[in-house]
Amino acid sequence: MKLDMTAVEEAAKTLYIRALKSLPPDIKEGMTRLQARETDATAKSVLRTMVTNIAVAEQTDNLLCQDTGIPIYNVVIGSNVSFDGAALKAALVRGCTRATQEHPLRSSVVHPLTRKNEHTSGGIGVPVIHFEFDERAETVEIEMIPKGSGSENNSFLRMAIPAEGIDAIKRFVVDCVIAAGGKTCPPTIVGVGVGGTSDLCVHLAKRAATRPLGSTCGDADGAALEASLSKAVNLLGVGPQGLGGDATAFAVHVELAATHITMNPVAVNMQCHSARRARATFTPNGVAFGY
Amino acid sequence: MAHYDLHMPVSEADVRQLRINDTVTLHDTLFGIRDASYIALFDRQRTTRFDLNGHAVIHTAPNVKKVPVSPEYPAGYAAVCIGTTTSDRMERFTRQLMTQTGARFIIGKGGMRDGSLAAFRELGGAYLAIVGGTAALETTWIAQIEDVDLDDLNPESLWKFALREPAGFGPLLVAMDSNGGSLYDTVNASVADRRAAALASLGVSA
Repeated sequence: MKLDMTAVEEAAKTLYIRALKSLPPDIKEGMTRLQARETDATAKSVLRTMVTNIAVAEQTDNLLCQDTGIPIYNVVIGSNVSFDGAALKAALVRGCTRATQEHPLRSSVVHPLTRKNEHTSGGIGVPVIHFEFDERAETVEIEMIPKGSGSENNSFLRMAIPAEGIDAIKRFVVDCVIAAGGKTCPPTIVGVGVGGTSDLCVHLAKRAATRPLGSTCGDADGAALEASLSKAVNLLGVGPQGLGGDATAFAVHVELAATHITMNPVAVNMQCHSARRARATFTPNGVAFGY
Repeated sequence: MAHYDLHMPVSEADVRQLRINDTVTLHDTLFGIRDASYIALFDRQRTTRFDLNGHAVIHTAPNVKKVPVSPEYPAGYAAVCIGTTTSDRMERFTRQLMTQTGARFIIGKGGMRDGSLAAFRELGGAYLAIVGGTAALETTWIAQIEDVDLDDLNPESLWKFALREPAGFGPLLVAMDSNGGSLYDTVNASVADRRAAALASLGVSA
């Protein structure tokens, strides 16, 4: 398959707008599960408003949240695909700019020192674009995540040491959820990165936070850790919007990487209740949109 | 727990009657403010032609569309999506906002801290919690963008919204009141108490 860059640009535009307007089914189902087991009156009311908002966004064809976030495109290239890498990157940036200017969307992105907003949702290094390769069939998948700042501002890294063991990881996650409180727009998906280098650890936490609900860590020990952490953080009573209640997190997700004999790094990145994402899958037959 | 319908601007007595867990629906007018506009007004001493005395500000930077000025769009902007950002970043500006402009309500999400609570108590203000991340719904509560100031900061301009009547803007939850009450303090204390149990469930000592 030869990747058509015009189609990629269109998809990059469509994905940004689509992600901002329509929540994935796994998140909607997660919200229903939290509603069913919530016991606090204020929390029930808050969750009801969140569910109403999802419906209003669909009925009015509007954005779920005003925060258009920092745009992230995760691209997975399958086998037997030919493309020009630089052209692919440029097409994604153009699509992101066009979504911002043609919809229009609030550009939430500024120069980090001058704070100047180019009104393109872009700038140095943004949109964030990640490329991965795998041996799957002749496909290219583009996942789009508009990462909101309420949750992103609650990102944490701790370079723990081996003598502190797994307990340090567990304690850190619980304390990060407490520190974030209502600022991160709970109920959240708490993403935890364990291992790697410092930057890889933070990256894994983001991948974990943006993983679909119901998915599990590929490593058995990681899966056991995320299950126990999911139960633990929901004992804290932070609740939706930090106003108290049972529903603090949809889930805790853990992603792992091997690390150094002297290291025990842990990172936390959170995704808010408006856990937005959209996906385009290119095959030789064309492009299909999903989550 | 009582519900109040309040028309803007309000008096100190209007605010002083509110207690945490009451609900409020605002009517007529609402101003949008956030990081860059706070910095411009209070760190860089820029001035605004808006009179915020007795008014409510919401922590927001909306999605807007530039359109020709008309009776429907007096500021030349159509509202696309108007929602609420995390208030905690703006904590240090609360007292200046109240003393320099006379604003009495802050609408936001996630809560504010002790400095804001003290300002509300001394000066007669309250924090009204909205459900963050529900901007599609909030947008239906706004009739139009009536005016805009400091628009070189766009989208972090100072916005003046006309509210959709008769329904108004709300219900909003009184989460911090003028009597020292804060739902966030209550929840934070309870969470601190539960930390040991959460860690124990993981086999970890507090």
